[in-house]
Amino acid sequence: MKKEIICTICPRGCTVVVDGDAGNVNSVEGYSCKRGLEFATAEFVSPVRILTTTVKISGKENDLLPVRSKSPVPKDKLLECMEVIKKASANVPVKRNDVIIANICNTGIDVVATKDVK
Amino acid sequence: MYNMNYDVVVVGGGPAGLAAAVSAKEEGAEKVLIIERDNALGGILQQCIHPGFGLTRFKEELTGPEYYSRFTDKAEEVGVEYLLNSMVLQIDTENKQVICTNGEYGMVCVNAGSIVLSMGCRERTRANIVVPGTRPAGIYTAGAAQRLVNRQNTMVGKKVVILGSGDIGMIMARRMTLEGAQVVMVVELMDYLAGLTRNRVQCLDDFGIPLKLAHTITKIEGNERVTGVYVAPVDENKKPIKEKEEFVSCDTVLFSVGLIPENELTKNASIEINRITNGPVVNQYMQTSAPAVFACGNVVHVNDLVDNVSAESEQAGKYAARFAMGKFPAAKKEITIQTGNNVRYVCPHKISLSDEAEKIDLYFRVLHPEKGVSLAVKCGNEIIAQKKEFKVNPGEMNCITVDTSKVTDGEITVEVMKED
Repeated sequence: MKKEIICTICPRGCTVVVDGDAGNVNSVEGYSCKRGLEFATAEFVSPVRILTTTVKISGKENDLLPVRSKSPVPKDKLLECMEVIKKASANVPVKRNDVIIANICNTGIDVVATKDVK
Repeated sequence: MYNMNYDVVVVGGGPAGLAAAVSAKEEGAEKVLIIERDNALGGILQQCIHPGFGLTRFKEELTGPEYYSRFTDKAEEVGVEYLLNSMVLQIDTENKQVICTNGEYGMVCVNAGSIVLSMGCRERTRANIVVPGTRPAGIYTAGAAQRLVNRQNTMVGKKVVILGSGDIGMIMARRMTLEGAQVVMVVELMDYLAGLTRNRVQCLDDFGIPLKLAHTITKIEGNERVTGVYVAPVDENKKPIKEKEEFVSCDTVLFSVGLIPENELTKNASIEINRITNGPVVNQYMQTSAPAVFACGNVVHVNDLVDNVSAESEQAGKYAARFAMGKFPAAKKEITIQTGNNVRYVCPHKISLSDEAEKIDLYFRVLHPEKGVSLAVKCGNEIIAQKKEFKVNPGEMNCITVDTSKVTDGEITVEVMKED
């Protein structure tokens, strides 16, 4: 299966064509640098994204705490993670990098606060 | 009126103002004040909860709150003072005074050694681009929707059409999708993307959101709430092709159609404004036509990366501090930079030559996309700086560094040259 991937490492935005099947890469074409090759390969095998959203703050109706996944999570789990995060709420005071949800959806990745709230 | 005295007064506590204030303090200004109209520092980054900030500056991918927190932490550490919920009404460039309102002190007159303008910009609205139709609920600028969703816990709609492929529009497309809304399409008038490619991949392609290039919204329908929009392709003159118009059902329309530097204060102070950027004309010290007034960030020209804003604002803060301390470089001559082939504007607009040789970063935007080019700075007919670029795009700012020691008598021009 061939897949066109636009490299987002730099503004050049090369269109890289990766050929392979579930986890196996047979050929990569169209990249211009080593980082592009690595990006396209990883993007083909297991695309990941940093997930950012907000969680409610207990006792504060109109205030939200911005959060992120500490590291990128698999792209196909983004919406599943959102369902879990929507049900969560944080207690204040909270500091940046405080864990709000540990090991979200068994990804091994924590969802942490990105802002201090007193 | 209540009086205060500061060496450097910064108008606006967003990323530009924070970087300028910290830098002014580090340069040696004793008392530095930020005046901010919102209830917290950080500016627009407070609602930019997504990642992508700081890749150039910190070599890591930070969210908006994480990025500005690095500067608010630093501001606190070095002792920058600030007034929140305070609206600046007037800047007196002659007496170096800033007049503002504050809930605690009432009307305040701040006497300054120098002033930094960092008011940022605001969004163009439906009214600015004149879209026909009714005026129902459900029409927002992308940034207003972003503030409601990300800071005020208010969802703005369920089925969304976004006009404009600027970064804020694409980021809101992803945000609305993650919050459970359906984004029907992103419509872009030009035949190329307005924002960064990275955002198209991660905000639209990832969620299968269609991007309609060379299309526009021709009419908005709905009585109390938006019920839908008409979308049509445009011809080469950007005129909608009526026969191909189609109805798209939705309950919300977001406009991401550009930003306007917020320069009411600047204009009222009779500071020279550039008609392309709609921001003050500045030299490489980010000094405006009023010598005690400096300006930085999106109030000068709309940036696509906050990393660039921080860098240029540090320059503004540094020289504002030097001005307040009486250590400002004496200008021998000032040269206006000309825009050559495929260059829309250059910032700084002027170069001030002193005895000291300096390396100056010239930021500029092109008029239209081009591939296989070389960026050049010419002094007269001589090329004094050159750099190859695989491609240029109006949505992505370009930068070239020039050494003032190479500047001779001729006119300075920045241009894009075709590579052979």
